[in-house]
Amino acid sequence: MHRFANPTRFVRLAGRVQPWAAALALLCLGVGLYFALFSSPPDYQQGETVRIMYVHVPAAWMAMFCYVVMAAASASSLIWRHRVADLAAKATAPVGAAFTLLALVTGSLWGKPMWGTWWVWDARLTSVLILFFLYLGYIALQNAFDDPARGARAAAILAVVGVINVPIIKFSVDWWNTLHQPASLTRLDGPAIHTSMLTPLLLMALGYTALYVWLAIIRMRAELAETKIRAIRYRQASGAAPAPQES
Amino acid sequence: MRGFTDTLRRELRLALRQGGDSLLVVMFFVLVVVLFPLGAGPEPGILSRIGAGIIWVSALLAAMLSMDRLYQSDFEDGSLELLVLSPAPLEIIVLAKAAAHWLTTGLPLIVASPLLGLLLNLEVEGMAVMLVSLTLGTPALSLVGAIAAALVLGARRGGVLISLLILPLFVPILIFGVGAVDAALLELTYRPQLMVLGALLLLAAALSPWAAAAAVRQAVA
Amino acid sequence: MVAFSGTRLTCIRGERLVFEDLGFSVEEGTALYLTGANGSGKSSLLRIMATLLRPAAGELCWNAVDVWDDIPAHHDRTRYVGHPDGVKPVLSVGENLTFWAAISETRSEQVGQSVQTALDRVGLDRLSEMPARFLSAGQRRRLNLARLLAAPARLWLLDEPAVGLDEGSTAVLESMIASHLAKGGMAVVATHDAVPAGARRLELS
Repeated sequence: MHRFANPTRFVRLAGRVQPWAAALALLCLGVGLYFALFSSPPDYQQGETVRIMYVHVPAAWMAMFCYVVMAAASASSLIWRHRVADLAAKATAPVGAAFTLLALVTGSLWGKPMWGTWWVWDARLTSVLILFFLYLGYIALQNAFDDPARGARAAAILAVVGVINVPIIKFSVDWWNTLHQPASLTRLDGPAIHTSMLTPLLLMALGYTALYVWLAIIRMRAELAETKIRAIRYRQASGAAPAPQES
Repeated sequence: MRGFTDTLRRELRLALRQGGDSLLVVMFFVLVVVLFPLGAGPEPGILSRIGAGIIWVSALLAAMLSMDRLYQSDFEDGSLELLVLSPAPLEIIVLAKAAAHWLTTGLPLIVASPLLGLLLNLEVEGMAVMLVSLTLGTPALSLVGAIAAALVLGARRGGVLISLLILPLFVPILIFGVGAVDAALLELTYRPQLMVLGALLLLAAALSPWAAAAAVRQAVA
Repeated sequence: MVAFSGTRLTCIRGERLVFEDLGFSVEEGTALYLTGANGSGKSSLLRIMATLLRPAAGELCWNAVDVWDDIPAHHDRTRYVGHPDGVKPVLSVGENLTFWAAISETRSEQVGQSVQTALDRVGLDRLSEMPARFLSAGQRRRLNLARLLAAPARLWLLDEPAVGLDEGSTAVLESMIASHLAKGGMAVVATHDAVPAGARRLELS
C-alpha cells in the first residue's frame, strides 16, 4: 500500500505552493474587500447594496470553475488512474459547494433590496441552485461506500456525467426563465462596468482562486495523511489477526 | 447488437413474471397526481393551468422510484458480474435494460396519462402534445436513470441517494416536456420544444450506455 | 502452445494490500489450483484473471499479449463461476441457462442443443421446465456450472466450485474439468479441498 499511496512529487510541490497561495489569498481578499466595501463608489441605481456584488459574482464564477476542475480531475483519474487527480477532485468538491452556497446566500440577500423578496426564480439563481444539488450528490455519493476507492470511482463518473449536463441544464433553465419571467429582472450587473468597480471585482476573483488552491492543498495533504494512517492500521490488523475476512 | 434481444427478452420476462411491479409504479403515479388537487384546491382553472406540470413531475417521481430495481437483483444474486464478463458488449446490455425499464414503466405511465389529464381538466389540444412529449421524454429518463442506478449499487441508503443524483439531471427533460404542453395550451408553436426533447433523447441514447456501462463495471469490481 | 500468465501482480482491495508481486502461468491442457487461508486472495486473483478487478500493478497476458488490450476477446474465451450462482428464481431452469448460453454464443441455432446436453450432464435435464425457485442450493450450483458446458470456452475460472455439492455431483464436476483439460482447455480453480494428485498448485499466503 505504502508504495502506491505516497505521491512524493506532489507532496513536495504542495508544500512549496501552499504558503504562496495562502499569502496571495489573504492579500487579494484583504485589499479587494477594502476596495469593495470602502473605496469604490456606490452604484447610481442600486446604492450601497451593489457592494454585495463583489462577494457574490466571483463566488458564482468559482462555483462553475470548481465544478469544471472537479470534472477534469475526475476524468483524468478515470483515464489514467492517477492518485493525485483523485485527491484533487475529492478536495475540490466541498470548496466548490461552499462557493456555490455563498453565491446563493449573497444572491438572496441582494435580491431582497433589489426585487423586494428573498428568492426569485431567476435563471441564474435557479441554475446555481441546481449546480449546488449536483455538488451535494457528488459529495454524498463519495461518502456512501465503506470502501473509499469505490466511492471515488463512482463519484468520478458522476462528475463527468454532471459536467456534460451543466450546459444543458443552464440552457434549459435560461429558456424556461424567458418563457415565464419578464426579462427586466435578470439584470443583475450592468452591461458596462466602471474600472473603479472592476478592480475590486478582479481582486476578489483572484483572491478566491488563491483561497481555493490553498484550501485544496490543505485538504489533499490531510487526505494523504489519513490514507497513511489507514494503511498503518491495516498492517497492524493483519499482523495481529491472521485471518481477516475473505475478499 | 449482440446481446440486445436476448437481454431485452430476459428483462421483460422477469418483469412480467415478478408481476405487479409496473402496476405499482402506475398506481404511485396516479396517487401523486391525485394528491395535487387535494393539496392545491380543486379549482378547475388552476388545475388545468398546472396540469401538465403535475403530470410530468409525477411521471418523473415514478420513473425515479422504479429506477433502483434496474440492477439491484442482478447485483445481489451475482448475475451482474456475469453480464459484465459476457462476450456481448456491456453497453448494449445496459441499453437493453434501459429499454426494458421504459417498456415496463414508462409506457404504462404514458397510457395512464390521458385519464389523469381528464381529472386535471387538461384541454384536448394539450393532451395530444403531452402524449408526444411523454413519449419522447420518458425513454430519456430511463436512459439517464440507468447511469445513476448503477452508481449507487452497494451504497448505504442507495434509495435516497439515487434521487439526489437523478433529479438535477432530469431538469432539462422536465422543462421542455412541460414547455411543449404549455405552448400548445397557449396556442403557440410547440415544435421547438418537442425537437429539443427529441435531441435530448438522442443525446441520452448515444452517451448514457457508455456512462452506465462504466458505472456497472466499477460497481462489480 | 497457448499460455495464460500473470507477472508481478499486486492487488489492493479497500485499501488493504491483498497480495504483491504474484506470478502464475497456465498452459493448454493444464489446471492450476489456488489454495490458501481465507483472505489470502484466491477470489481476488480469480477476479483479476476474469478482468472484474484491475490489478494495482503487474501484467496479465494471454500468449504474451496484454489481456486488457482486448477485453472482448478475453471474455469470449473465459467462463467465470463465482460464489453467487446468478440464478433467477422466476425463470425456468432451461430459460436461465439458455440466456447465458445465448449471450455467450454467436451461433444461435446451436444454443438449444448445447443447453440440453449441458443440463443432461449436470443431471438437471428432467427439471428443465421447472421454475428455478424450487431448486436446492446444490441444484442451483449445478445449474451455474452447466454454463461452462452450454457455452464452451478455453479458460475456466472457478471459485470454490464444489461448495454445496454432494459427493456424486463433485465427481461430475471433477470429470467435467478432466475432459475440459483433455480437450486442450485450461482451468484455474480456487479450493479448500484436497488438490488432485499431480495437479499444479499455487499457495497464497
